[in-house]
Amino acid sequence: MKYIMLIYQGDALDRQAALPEDEQKQVAADYQGINQTPGVTPGLPMGLPENATTVRVEGGKALTTDGPFVGMKESVAGWFILEADDLDAAIEVAARVPAARYGGAVEIRPSEVYW
Amino acid sequence: MVTTLDQVFRAEWGRVLATLIGFLGDFDLAEEAAQEAFAIAADRWPRDGVPSNPRAWLMTTARHHATDRIRRERALAAKFGLLVAGDRVEVPMKSTTFPDERLELIFTCCHPALAIEAQVALTLRTLGGLSTDEIARAFLVPERTMAQRLVRAKRKIKAARIPFRVPPAHLLRERLDAVLAVVYLIFNEGYGGREELAAEAIWLGRALAELLPDDPEVHGLLAMMLLHDSRRETRFSDGELVLLGDQDRSQWNGAQIAAGRAELDRALALGGRGPYVLQAAIASLHAEVPCDWAQIAALYGRLGRLTGSPVVELNRAIAVAETEGPEAGLRIVDDIGLDDFRYLHSTRAELLRRLGRIDEARDAYLRARKLTDDGAERRFLERRLTELAATGPR
Repeated sequence: MKYIMLIYQGDALDRQAALPEDEQKQVAADYQGINQTPGVTPGLPMGLPENATTVRVEGGKALTTDGPFVGMKESVAGWFILEADDLDAAIEVAARVPAARYGGAVEIRPSEVYW
Repeated sequence: MVTTLDQVFRAEWGRVLATLIGFLGDFDLAEEAAQEAFAIAADRWPRDGVPSNPRAWLMTTARHHATDRIRRERALAAKFGLLVAGDRVEVPMKSTTFPDERLELIFTCCHPALAIEAQVALTLRTLGGLSTDEIARAFLVPERTMAQRLVRAKRKIKAARIPFRVPPAHLLRERLDAVLAVVYLIFNEGYGGREELAAEAIWLGRALAELLPDDPEVHGLLAMMLLHDSRRETRFSDGELVLLGDQDRSQWNGAQIAAGRAELDRALALGGRGPYVLQAAIASLHAEVPCDWAQIAALYGRLGRLTGSPVVELNRAIAVAETEGPEAGLRIVDDIGLDDFRYLHSTRAELLRRLGRIDEARDAYLRARKLTDDGAERRFLERRLTELAATGPR
């Protein structure tokens, strides 16, 4: 079963920046650990939502706005794919993502085939 | 005959359905097959007699129905050259022994990835065997809403692959607490007057105690529910609320109190010190004459340290008021920050009334009344206000 794991930072980046150095190192190591977990296919590192451009099409014309579709804090900050047996296994991996313990969250979305 | 059938259905529905889900891996298909089997039984058994092993009969009939359906779908798919959607497979199931998978089922229904309302509805539907309409009526929501809630929950179980299993050791405590919370919530809904839900919660509690005989909290919850429910007949008189001290003790259900105490003893023998065991112990003391309020206050103190709940602290205040006087109770109440909780104000009012501080008591009763919309509770507060007006200075 494939799950798409969406990472939201919330306040996590600010809170992590205020951490002592060894704890910051732990955060980096934990992300590294996630990427090396069996079943994980890491996503491309995402740039900041401040640098996002959002496109809508109205009357056949592309309209662009600065920033993410939702608010800065609500926007997706990262993702990875997890192949796991069931939701409990996915929850265990999600709980190891540092953002989840520093005020952010991980959303687990089962992949589904519609066609 | 009809009652016998009902009893068999009631007793077997959860087990048959749980085994079918375990075997088919699909809630909808299993439910449909179980329904079909029970319908055939309702048609045939009154005429031909109840089979010697009703469970095996129901299980076999349901399994045939499900297998037929899978074959039909597969044949149809082959005919149109389609891929078979999903992963429905035929697994050989021994026809004489059927595993009891109700525990797997209840852990799936009460999985924290489902909304609590969905957990409750699904538990009542699958284990309790209540119809969608019955659940909708018990929770005062339209049947359509309840049906959608159930459909969504079942869809999520499948799409997100919520496991059908008893959780591994490191998750068990947390997940079992979630299950107990669902049963307790159903009981509480019933305590407000909808008796069928209280009975349903006790029935689920009994099933859990049978399935997890070594867990003290399971027995604690069952004990607490039995003890509270034993006073059900006396909590209302002609639709009006009657407080514990004014209840007609001769009308309490003695057999149920004894059953509750037996469950409590079992929980204590298993070393139980958890929140449900403590609440059961308190409920047991409440059923004694005279009431040991000092002991009750001490138990509420322990429960409060365990849960950190201000509601528990409020209950401790009531017990302390009984042993050390209303002044001591009031001091505790005034330290609790639950300003929108109606029972805080009605408790304050009662203690102030006992202290003869009539004006303050009236204000507190008014505050409680403002926060109460339930008919019987509101009328109770009205009566207290009228009594105050008659006895005290304004």
